[in-house]
Amino acid sequence: MAGTQAGKKFKASGSSDQPASSKASLSEAFDKNLYDGNGTDKFAGYETSIAVRDEDDDMEDVGEINGRRLVGQYTATAAQLNEYAHGDTAEADILMSREESAQIASRETDYQKRRFDRRLSPQRADPFAENGEDEGMSYKDIMKEREIEREEARIQKVIADREAKGGNEVLDHQPTLKDAKDDDAVNGDKTPPAPPRKRRRWDVVEESSKEDPKAEPNAKKSRWSPTAGSPTTEVEAAAPARSRWDTTVLAPSVATPAPEGGMVARSAMPNFAFGTDMSSRNAPLSDEQLDLMFPATGYKVLDPPPGYEPIRKAIGVPQLPTGYQGFLLPEENNSNMMGTKLPTDIPGVGDLQFFKTEDMKYFGKLVDGADETDMTVDELKERKIMRLLLKVKNGTPPMRKTALRQLTDNARQFGPGPLFNQILPLLMERSLEDQERHLLVKVIDRVLYKLDDLVRPYVHKILVVIEPLLIDQDYYARVEGREIISNLSKAAGLAHMIGVMRPDLDHQDEYVRNTTARAFAVVASALGIPALVPFLRAVCRSKKSWHARHTGVKVIQQIPILMGCAILPHLKGLVECIEENLNDEQPKVRMVTALALAALAEAASPYGIESFDDILNPLWTGARRQRGKALASFLKAVGYVIPLMDEEYSNYYTSQIMEIVIREFQSPDEEMKKVVLKVVSQCSGTAGVTPVYLKDNVLNEFFKHFWVRRMALDKRNYRQVVDTTVDLAQKSGVSEIVGRIVLNMKDENEAYRKMTVETVDKIISTLGAHDIDERLEEQLIDGVLVAFQDQSVEDPIVIDGFATVVNALGERAKTYLPQIVAIVLARLNNKSATVRQQAADLISRITFVMSKCDEDPQLIKLAQALYEYLGEEYPDVLGSILGALRAIVTVVGLQAMQPPIKDLLPRLTPILKNRHEKVQENTIDLVGRIADRGADYVNPREWMRICFELLDMLKAHKKGIRRAANNTFGYIAKAIGPQDVLATLLNNLRVQERQSRVCTAVAIGIVAETCAPFTVLPALMNEYRVPELNVQNGVLKSLSFMFEYIGEMAKDYVYAITPLLEDALIDRDQVHRQTAASVVKHVALGCVGLDCEDAMIHLLNLLWPNLFETSPHVIDRIIEAIDGIRNAVGTPVVMNYVWAGLFHPARKVRQPYWRIYNDAYVQSADAIVPAYPAFEDDELKRHELEIFI
Amino acid sequence: MADKLRAQQQLESLQARYIGTGNSDTTKFEWTSNIARDSLSSYIGHPPMLQYMSIGLGQSRERTRVQFLERMIQPVGKPPETQN
Repeated sequence: MAGTQAGKKFKASGSSDQPASSKASLSEAFDKNLYDGNGTDKFAGYETSIAVRDEDDDMEDVGEINGRRLVGQYTATAAQLNEYAHGDTAEADILMSREESAQIASRETDYQKRRFDRRLSPQRADPFAENGEDEGMSYKDIMKEREIEREEARIQKVIADREAKGGNEVLDHQPTLKDAKDDDAVNGDKTPPAPPRKRRRWDVVEESSKEDPKAEPNAKKSRWSPTAGSPTTEVEAAAPARSRWDTTVLAPSVATPAPEGGMVARSAMPNFAFGTDMSSRNAPLSDEQLDLMFPATGYKVLDPPPGYEPIRKAIGVPQLPTGYQGFLLPEENNSNMMGTKLPTDIPGVGDLQFFKTEDMKYFGKLVDGADETDMTVDELKERKIMRLLLKVKNGTPPMRKTALRQLTDNARQFGPGPLFNQILPLLMERSLEDQERHLLVKVIDRVLYKLDDLVRPYVHKILVVIEPLLIDQDYYARVEGREIISNLSKAAGLAHMIGVMRPDLDHQDEYVRNTTARAFAVVASALGIPALVPFLRAVCRSKKSWHARHTGVKVIQQIPILMGCAILPHLKGLVECIEENLNDEQPKVRMVTALALAALAEAASPYGIESFDDILNPLWTGARRQRGKALASFLKAVGYVIPLMDEEYSNYYTSQIMEIVIREFQSPDEEMKKVVLKVVSQCSGTAGVTPVYLKDNVLNEFFKHFWVRRMALDKRNYRQVVDTTVDLAQKSGVSEIVGRIVLNMKDENEAYRKMTVETVDKIISTLGAHDIDERLEEQLIDGVLVAFQDQSVEDPIVIDGFATVVNALGERAKTYLPQIVAIVLARLNNKSATVRQQAADLISRITFVMSKCDEDPQLIKLAQALYEYLGEEYPDVLGSILGALRAIVTVVGLQAMQPPIKDLLPRLTPILKNRHEKVQENTIDLVGRIADRGADYVNPREWMRICFELLDMLKAHKKGIRRAANNTFGYIAKAIGPQDVLATLLNNLRVQERQSRVCTAVAIGIVAETCAPFTVLPALMNEYRVPELNVQNGVLKSLSFMFEYIGEMAKDYVYAITPLLEDALIDRDQVHRQTAASVVKHVALGCVGLDCEDAMIHLLNLLWPNLFETSPHVIDRIIEAIDGIRNAVGTPVVMNYVWAGLFHPARKVRQPYWRIYNDAYVQSADAIVPAYPAFEDDELKRHELEIFI
Repeated sequence: MADKLRAQQQLESLQARYIGTGNSDTTKFEWTSNIARDSLSSYIGHPPMLQYMSIGLGQSRERTRVQFLERMIQPVGKPPETQN
């Protein structure tokens, strides 16, 4: 439907007031180089394009009267043809849908989407400004306006109610037949439209009729529209003429007209279809064309006679491109069909990462090609900001950084107005994505710092944009929102913040009140609770409107949620603010008050009961009086207050409330169930509630209502019930609770079985199984076995439960072990991989108990079975089998192990080649254990083979595997002597991969540590003579690790290693010196105070010239090495080097010297004192030091 | 560029925490003032040192301490006149 769009775009340009500027760009690509581009357009006043379809949108319905055509029509209507192009039924564009899914708006709930209903408010006056009242709305105006809005909403509601009730008012009936030309009315004489279409159309009509009554008051609300006659009103007036299907969106903000102009200008740019540009027809024929027309032979090209001048000059006619070959494939047209072509290169901005259709609305101005020389300063400023913002929003990271910096640095010159007028509408854009929002919010944050109190007039606008962040799903968005608001309140000051936000407290829209309450809580945390308490008290007692009271209480609810236990000092004040609202006449206020008390109590826990003294009575009596949702909130508050009480009180108050709680056990309401469960677990946790009381009053009812199969099906209920049951078990004992649920493990419902197993697992793992008698023990084992065997989906929960029960029973499990082993063996042979995996996992969990029960023969039996299964194909299962083998080896010991280690290890060697992480981890662990404890069961050759396999492991992604491999090298080296292992490792230094080399270096370090450095050092130093950079670096790196590991032992090797380091430190290669420096650092730190100062000073002399390195890694290592030496030789010695350069004439010299000075100062300022230079100047001299007794 | 910026920020935070640190723009006056203050606080912070100096000056330790503390105000005289 490219043509339609093009047509519409062009139509839009008719209503815009700058057609010339919009047309300049269309021929840009062609003739700008030849003819000066900014001359007036030659085609002004001409039709520049012929629409592809015969009729334009304007013409479409001309022939219709009352929706009927007078002329016969034998084709589908345009409306029918376009049916699936726009609106609700439009076919989804794959690319679009993917783009949309990244947008924030696409994952917002309906409630969160209500942020789009808010609009940026006009500027506010700053009463604290120096010149008193400057322009903008004052507090009084705003309050008045809110009043009007509320009244309006009230009337709307009344009208809606009456209409709903079908009162005898004259309703504004919509005629079905009307001659509105923009409406697709019923065409009686044609085939009825398809059903979906029909539904849609009626929906739309209904909608518009609903909105009709609103339209008038909206128009009355004049503050959004500037004075009549301004361009924005024109745009608005023009709007109704557009087709209703027109999807082009207007910029959301009217208060800031800037981006709109850009939008109009941009959308006016017509998209040319191929062949519609008439200018090419009138062009003179080019040589190439003539060549094509005439035969190559038989003609002669004559030279023009002398003095000839062409009469017709090609003016304003685009030249045909050289090499014109007749018909060209219309490429622009293709891109038209794909959607509008968007630039990625904006003049003055550079290459962007992306540029979206929506961006055109805001940044269109930048591509209109207007001349910047004849612009006012303000316009230039606007464009500058626009460019910077575009760079920040869509640019590459480095562009972003510099642009952000420029914006920050020049914030005060730009002024708050121009900045926020551009930033804020961008943030209101519907198609905003996370990254863009993050960046824009960052801009605001930075700019706020610089602008400080200049932001005051814009505080409300910023709040409108930022407040929705506070209820975003994304945690980081919420944090960002909080940060902005707290900075904002610090910049604008408390009084101004209150002044700005007060009118929103009783705003008629609940969404606004909610977000404002959250914002207020942030203000409280930024400026301190005490500053805000008097205001909040006044709001919570507002006589005028219950909305205000509600919001006030909500603020107090949000404060503890935000600040946690930091509210404790102000708890009393906060509770006093809201205590009266507990008996408010409005149920909603009572509810939110109870919730606020719950939040306060939760944050204060376990302190602060004295602050709640006054509300205990109203809360408890209130709970008796409430029903439904209000009761839920009261119970919630009760649940959070009870844990704060001491023993006596909690006992009394629990018994007071328990009756209601138990009554509500049977409530069908989910919310109520949640609250009740929470209250039960809170009550059972307090000291005042006795097990007897629970047993007598609570447990029966609890199990009757909550331990039913239905509960296991809903995830949230499931969790709650399990947690509460565990809490009850803490108080009333294991056998009491487990005895009640143990039979459920044999239930036919799998989810219910799982829920039971999980509960049993949690209870027994915290409380142990001492309480369980023989009968229950039998039932328990029986139950878990059933649950384990009857799984249809293998779940770790069951295995955990099984292992916990067996481990808790300990020696008492002996009688059941043969049965368990039989089941496990059978399941190891199962067809399903997950079953086998679970069986192997279970073995590794219960080996400890089995060995404690003297069931070693059984373990051996299992080990032999597992050994058989080492050929397992599934890596996950193989990993589990290896894990089980390892667990058995651990408890049985290497000697007693069957199959013997000398058979087992050769089987493991090929498995080491397996790439799967789980397999690798378990094998390496097993091999490492064998190497550590029983290296002599295997011959050295096998170990060498394993060494080679291990080298590959050094490349593993998982750190645990690399670490295990390194350790294993150490064990093997210890077992068979370092020489062979070292040779292998040194060879590995020659490989290409960096990670492999690094790990080899680490391994050499470990070998050196385990087998004493003197066994390794000679070979290592010898290897340094290999004239190959990688090897030498590898050697240095292993030396570095070695000295790090051996610590103080280093002192014996300092003099041996010094010549090597000497050589390395004066190498040409940077990395060489860098690595050498890290060796020096570790050596130096190893021999602090061990009398190696002379060597250290020698190394320092070699290190010092490297100070001027600029590469960050190199210089960091050098500085670290100098720090190390400073520790070894003492600060004053090194400071002698430093004094020379601190005030050197060249900054390049001063800079690194100050860096070293600062490091020394931070670490050992006191040690520098005696080393400070002695000044001759009398003022500067430190006379005290000359005192001598 | 990014590294420079980060280095700058790190330096700023360092300076905020340790007033005695400097950079390539530190003047002689600033540096010598810091030296003097650090020295004085070091004397005060080491009681044997303070004792030794008090004996040398022939006054009580407390008096020496107070003297030292007071000398920390403009320890090397008035700041130099700025040109602009």
